[in-house]
Formats: sequence, structure tokens, C-alpha cells
Amino acid sequence: MPQSKIIDISVGLFLLAGFIAFVVLALKISGLTSESWQNTYSVYARFENIGGLKTRSKVTIGGVTIGKVSDIQFDKERYQAIVTLDVFEDIDNLTTDTSAAILTAGLLGEKYIGLTPGADDTFLESGDIIEDTQSALILEEFIGRFLFKAVQKRNDSGNSSANNTSNANIDENN
Amino acid sequence: MNNFLMQLNQFRNNITESLAAIGRAALLLIQSLWFIPDSKKIISLLIKQIYQEGVLSLLIIVLSGLFIGMVIGLEGYNVLSGFGSESALGQMIALSILRELGPVVAALLFAGRAGSALTAEIGHMKTTEQLASMEMMGVDPLRRIIAPRLLAGFISLPILTMIFSVVGIWGGYLVGVRWLGVYEGSFWSNMQASVEFGEDVFNGIIKSLVFGFIVTWIAVFQGYDSKPTSLGISNATTKTVVFSSLAILAMDFILTALMFGDH
Amino acid sequence: MFKDHFVEIRHLSFKREDKLIFNDVDLTINRGKITAIMGPSGTGKTTLLKLIGGQLKPDQGEITIDGNNLSNISRTQLFKLRERIGMLFQSGALFSDLTVFENVAFPMREHTQLPNDIINDLVSMKLQAVGLRGAKDLMPSELSGGMARRVALARAIALDPDMIMYDEPFTGQDPITKGVLVKLIKLLNDSLNITSILVSHDVQETCSIADFIYLIANGKVIGSGTPSELMNNPSLQIRQFMQGLPDGPVPFHYPTQQSYHEAMLHHE
Ligand SMILES: Nc1ncnc2c1ncn2[C@@H]1O[C@H](COP(=O)(O)OP(=O)(O)OP(=O)(O)O)[C@@H](O)[C@H]1O
Ligand SMILES: [Mg+2]
Repeated sequence: MPQSKIIDISVGLFLLAGFIAFVVLALKISGLTSESWQNTYSVYARFENIGGLKTRSKVTIGGVTIGKVSDIQFDKERYQAIVTLDVFEDIDNLTTDTSAAILTAGLLGEKYIGLTPGADDTFLESGDIIEDTQSALILEEFIGRFLFKAVQKRNDSGNSSANNTSNANIDENN
Repeated sequence: MNNFLMQLNQFRNNITESLAAIGRAALLLIQSLWFIPDSKKIISLLIKQIYQEGVLSLLIIVLSGLFIGMVIGLEGYNVLSGFGSESALGQMIALSILRELGPVVAALLFAGRAGSALTAEIGHMKTTEQLASMEMMGVDPLRRIIAPRLLAGFISLPILTMIFSVVGIWGGYLVGVRWLGVYEGSFWSNMQASVEFGEDVFNGIIKSLVFGFIVTWIAVFQGYDSKPTSLGISNATTKTVVFSSLAILAMDFILTALMFGDH
Repeated sequence: MFKDHFVEIRHLSFKREDKLIFNDVDLTINRGKITAIMGPSGTGKTTLLKLIGGQLKPDQGEITIDGNNLSNISRTQLFKLRERIGMLFQSGALFSDLTVFENVAFPMREHTQLPNDIINDLVSMKLQAVGLRGAKDLMPSELSGGMARRVALARAIALDPDMIMYDEPFTGQDPITKGVLVKLIKLLNDSLNITSILVSHDVQETCSIADFIYLIANGKVIGSGTPSELMNNPSLQIRQFMQGLPDGPVPFHYPTQQSYHEAMLHHE
């Protein structure tokens, strides 16, 4: 085979390798699926404390991703955080009494928002506000409160694991 | 006092010379890209240059990517397992490679492998009057020699960077999942959950485009502007590697601040 | 301007660093003639060719080629003009990554749309003319100095230009080749009416084909005329050069700092 043919072919393979790398980066590594391009609508939620929540954090129901956090603002009057949730368009049946909680994946993992639908028969629309919210669990605060209660109630079943405690916290507020 | 004045004068000359060099470099860029040779010719010239700059750099890029990914896999595992969060290994490997290590290391290797070769080649052409004789044939070396080399560099580095990143992440996977036993499902799912295509992958590619532009520009200019002697060529080659490396690191800081600075 | 003046140089001054290479030089190259430029080594003959080719810009004065004033034309026009000019570089300046064949084919591929088989024939013809048809697949690094220069000559005449500048075509050639090259230059000139500028140190060969000779030294034209006029010129300077005498008004040594001082002392 002449030299120039070899060069042409290897350059072709090189460009192809680049294209494959691009596809791998998109599909396998960033997990881009057709879902990621879905249209979304925005609802808002106020939180006393968002902990380590960031834009791009996941929004889930029952552990399944249904959107992401697109913006976090501070409400100067109420001293609260206003979080914008971009929810996939086909999830159009979030009840108006849906509650939002900032949860943690694992003990030190990423913060994300978990939604729990309620029982209303009206649904949230773009621009609506979720009233029932549950701030992030701040570990230090929680331990402080827990110790205080433990002393008060002389209740000492205090060997719960991290996951238990966060569940306990949610239960307590519900 | 006299000595001080001499130094001051020297300093002023250095600054003037640097400014003049920047001016010449800008002129070179404009003149070579203004009129690119006609499309049929540029394709065959480009293919040859992509072979020189891209294909021939592939081996070093793949090997370095593999080792760097493996090292991050190992180090990352050691750090993360201390917190019991080995499952975040995939995310750590992918983000560090996609955002920083991939674009930067690939560009540094590219400057050392392809950039220095470009400078030496063009410097040699100048020293042996090949550029001058081409000019006398009515063929503009800026278009015939410089332009395809610039374009090939702009194209090659982003491709090399993407290949570097994929191989690097695969290296991390080999060490983390295959060797150290991180659970495969959480390795990938954590990675996919945290890697955002638009933000991380795309910004990495933008970085590599910028680096490719800078490195080839510096390399080609240093060759074209070199003194037509052996020492001149060797100085120019050194300058290419040093200036490109510094420019890559400085631009990386600026780009990172612009892209990821707000969170 | 006369139509038969292909190149006109008026009041040319050119400096390199602090050295004045040309000082108010006037020169005319006639169309269709062989004009030789002779002079001691280091006087600026190569520099003059580069000035004519527009690779160097004069500090003062004007150079006009076939009606185009080099100081007034654009970069694109300059390159267009150069397509009609061939130049044989003193160093050969072959493209080191192309074969002999591709070197000669280069200007054709760049400036014409000729199909491959015609280019093939043309290149073979040009290489045949310089006696190197058998070397077409060699790389420039595999050629001797004299061969490389002949390939460069074949490349310079590849497009049958309007003007060719030969920078020392005979240097490094054996007597037979020299004779062939002399004939070739004469033939190109006569048959295609190509204007030729010939820089050479070989007095005999040059005189045998040149129509007109300029002798330059110390930044000036020190003599000009037909070969026989110059040969019979009574001026010491010209006779020294034309007859190759070691002693005379033209210094053999490149001026050094010291000799300069000595000259100054002498003067006082
Ligand atoms: N790039 C350069 N920078 C500085 N000076 C130069 C340069 N090139 C040539 N010179 C100087 O210009 C003068 C003329 O050089 P040129 O090459 O034109 O001489 P020449 O007449 O062709 O000599 P030769 O017959 O040996 O080829 C020389 O004195 C040389 O020192
Ligand atoms: Mg010379």
C-alpha cells in the first residue's frame, strides 16, 4: 500500500476514534439520554436552610430523578432560600400539597431534593410554589438537638446510624 | 548608577522586543488564516498535517491517559475509602479528568510532542531557504505551510483530549472496579449522575480548543520567527515548549474561573 | 520607461545592520537578454536578487519589474508577479521532505491544473535538461551539492517563467556539466525569450553567454558593458576582477575592525 494511502486511512481512523470518544463521553460518562433533553417546567420551593444543595442537584420522587435544581436565590425579606426546580414536562401530576425535602445521599454524599406527592386533586403548574418544605439536615445541629433531647427525656436509645437518624428526622417533622 | 541605567535600558529593550514579537505573531495568524488555500488543496494538506500532529501524538496520549487514570483511581480509592464513600470514585475520576487533567495534560503533551516538532520543522525550512524559495515561486508559505499546520493543530488537540479522557476514565475503572473491587453499578451511576454533559464534557472540549489554538500558534510562530541557524532553531523549540506550557496553565486558570468559578 | 527594460532599479540603497550594501545603485535588466552580475564575494549579489524578488525591501530607491513598482504593489500582487519569475537559490533550497520529482513538480501543481501524466512528462523533460532524469526518486539529502543545484535549476525553469535569476549556477559543477548548463541557459534565453539574470564568478563562462555585465563592488556599480567592453576596459579595478589578479584596488579580505583602524591611521 502506498504511503499516502496509509496516511489517509490512519487520519480517517483518528477522526473516527475522536468521534467515538465523543459519543462515549456523552452516553457512557455523562449518562446523556434522550431524557436529558426533555423539556421542563419550573416550580419554586422556599427553604430555611439548603445545606449543601447546589444548582444541578437532582430532584427525585421515590429515588427516581424527575428534574434538577436550576437556580438558588436568597429572599431578602424572609431570610429564606428560594430554589427553582426544573421538573420534566411529562411529570405533570405533582399535587399542590407536594412536599419537598433536602436529602443527603449517604452520610457525606451529594444533597438532592426529594419530593413527596400529597393527596390534593389539583396539580402544580409552572411558576407555582411548593409550600411544604423540609430543610437540609445539618449534622451538627441535629446532634446538638439530639443530645439535648436525650438529656431531657432520659431516653437513651442513641445508637442509631446516620440513615436512621435522617429518617427519624423526617418522621419527626411529618 | 551607570549599571542601573544599562539594566533599565536592557529591560526596556526586552519589553519592546516582546511587544514586537506579539505583533508579528498576530500578523502571522491573520495573514495565514485570511486566505486559506482553495478547498481541494487544503484537504490533502490538512490530512498530512493531522497525521503529523494528531496521529503521531496518539500513542503518548493514550499511554499517559491510561496511567493518569489508573493513578487517580488508586489515590482516589485510598482517600474515599477512608470515608466509606468508594462509590463516589467514578464521579471523582471523571470530573477531575474531564475538567482539568484531560485538557491540561493532553495539551502539555501535545506541546512537547507536536509543538516542538512543528517549530523545528518550520525553523529548518527557514534556515535552508525552503520558505524563501517557495515565496519566490509565488507560493505564499503562510498559506501553504503555516495555515494547514495551524488548522491541523486546532483539530487534533480536541480529538486527542477526548481520547485521553476516555482512556483515562477507563484506566480509573480498571483500577477501581476491576482491581480494588468498587461496585461497578455505583461507579458508573454516580459518575453519570454527577457528570453533566453541557457543563463538564463540553467545557473540557472548549478548553482543549483554546489550548490547541494557543499551542499551535506559538509553535508555528516560533519556527517562522526563529533565527536561521542551528542554535536559533534549538532556542525556538525550547521557547515553544516553555511558552506553551505556561500559556496552557495560565489559560486553564482563567477558563476554569470563568466556567466553574460560580459554584 | 522603455518596454525593453524588464527590471529597472533606481537609486537603490540598502543597509544590513550598519553595513551599507548598496549605495545609490542604478541598474537595468533588458527584456529577453542575459544580464550578468559579477563582483567579489560578499558584495551583495544574492542580496540584489532578493531585492528584485521582493523578499527584501530597499531602504531607498525603487525597483520596477515589468512595470510593477515593488514598493507599491500588494502582497497578493507580489505573489502573482513571482509566479512569472524563477529563481535558482545559491543553496539550492530544495524541499527536503519531497523527492526530486516532487520538487520539480511543485510549482506546476501549485500554479496549474495540469493532469498528472502531463506533469509527469514535463518534469521528466526538465530533469532531462539538467541530466538528472535518473535521479527523480531520490530525496534531496541523497544528492551531491552539484546535483542538488541542478535539480533546483530544473525547478526554477519548471513553469517557463518570463525571467529567471540564477545565483551561481556553475559553482560545484564539473567542467562537462558546466558546459551543458551554459548551453541550457543560453538555449532557454534564445528559444523562450526568457530574461535572465546570471550571478556568477566564472568569468569565462559568463562572458561566453552574457549580453551585458554589471560589475559591483563596495555598494556601487564599478563597471558595466558587454563582455568584450569590460575585458578591454583600462580601469584597474575592472581588470583586476575580470582577469583574477590577487592584488589591486579590490581588497581580498573582508574588512576587519583592525584593518579599518589601520586604514584610518594611514590616512592621517
Ligand atoms: N541575513 C543577513 N544579515 C546580515 N547581514 C547579511 C545577511 N545576509 C548577508 N549579509 C551580508 O550582506 C553582504 C552581502 O551578502 P550576499 O549574500 O548578498 O553576498 P554575495 O555577493 O552573494 O556573495 P557570494 O558571492 O559569496 O554569494 C555580506 O557582507 C553579508 O555579510
Ligand atoms: Mg551570493
